[in-house]
Amino acid sequence: MERIPILKLGNFLLVSIQVDMHDQLALNLQDELTARIVQDNAKGVLIDISALEVVDSFIGRMLANIASMARILDAETVVVGMRPAVAITMVELGLSLPGVRTALNVEKGIEILNSLVARNTDEYPAE
Amino acid sequence: MEKKSTLIEALRSHGKELLQEWQREQLNPALLRSDLISPDELKQQMENFYEHLLEALEKDREGELSRETWKPVRSFLADLCRSRAKQGFTPTETALFVLSLKRPIFRWLQDFLKNDPEHLGKELWNINALLDKLGLLTTETYIKSKEEIIRRQQEEMLELSTPVVKIWEQIVAVPLIGTLDSARTQTVMENLLQEIVNVSATVAIIDITGVPTVDTLVAQHLIKTVSAARLMGTECIISGIRPQIAQTMIHLGVSFQDITTKATLAEAIKYGLSRVGYRISRIESSKQQ
Repeated sequence: MERIPILKLGNFLLVSIQVDMHDQLALNLQDELTARIVQDNAKGVLIDISALEVVDSFIGRMLANIASMARILDAETVVVGMRPAVAITMVELGLSLPGVRTALNVEKGIEILNSLVARNTDEYPAE
Repeated sequence: MEKKSTLIEALRSHGKELLQEWQREQLNPALLRSDLISPDELKQQMENFYEHLLEALEKDREGELSRETWKPVRSFLADLCRSRAKQGFTPTETALFVLSLKRPIFRWLQDFLKNDPEHLGKELWNINALLDKLGLLTTETYIKSKEEIIRRQQEEMLELSTPVVKIWEQIVAVPLIGTLDSARTQTVMENLLQEIVNVSATVAIIDITGVPTVDTLVAQHLIKTVSAARLMGTECIISGIRPQIAQTMIHLGVSFQDITTKATLAEAIKYGLSRVGYRISRIESSKQQ
């Protein structure tokens, strides 16, 4: 079965979407990712969509859902590498992904995750 | 056939007189735009045109303008109209350049063929039809070149109005000038997003000091641009909101929720620099020395 690999990188999970997303693939990713967050005790999820040329409303909603689910499971989500054309299309579709953090590339995404995770742990120094 | 060629012959041999009369028509102070063209230049153009016209007429009596024979005349007229359009002549003035040739030729033909009314009528009709066609051609070319000018200016404006400037590493800015419509927003958005990728910017400043009014539609366009930039992971700051604009926006019920806004570009740059870890500070001259 076609699936999208989820890589563990320290505290974070790295998902790089390289193929065109169809709905079933998106749902599988959602399932698998939530499972992995719990299993690996991940504190951050980084989704790289720099290879995606089309993001439709379903995929957009899925990204927003993943971010919300991850937050419940105590992990921050950053979506990185959206192309200009995709960004314009999404805005025209009225999908501005509120509540999803974004970054220009993987490097900056990791930076954001690091600072977010540092802040989260700072809030509970007793741990 | 014999007669026709003599007519052309005569047109050529009497060319000087005809030309002089035509020039008198054109140099008539009521017609002449001495502010736009010098009499000498005009005379030269008329001579050239007359020459081209005769040459073409000799080869093709019917005056079928689409034929190859008429190419020199057509291209001469086209050049003439283009320059007239640029110089600021009106369409009437441009068309009159050709149409004013009618009177001298008619007068001369009447004189030349006064013993042959049938032939005269035919010749008059021929030359009339030809000059009318040429006159229409001038108007058409004139309008075409005007349209060309308008199109080019529109393009230039679109390009001019959307420069994306790099303020510092990771900071870009777009100073917006003029009214924002959908087409311009699209260009601004595309340019801005592309530049964000090029310089991998973290902060983008949209300065609307030069935008005269912000109504709900313009605000909508701005919000779209900011959202698109945010989707790519760039924080957008809107700066240069003038007091009156702030007031109208609130009265219209438009608000830039969740968007950082600053009153001036300077403030926006300061904020942007702090976001990427820089600080602006004054050099203390005593320490420098």
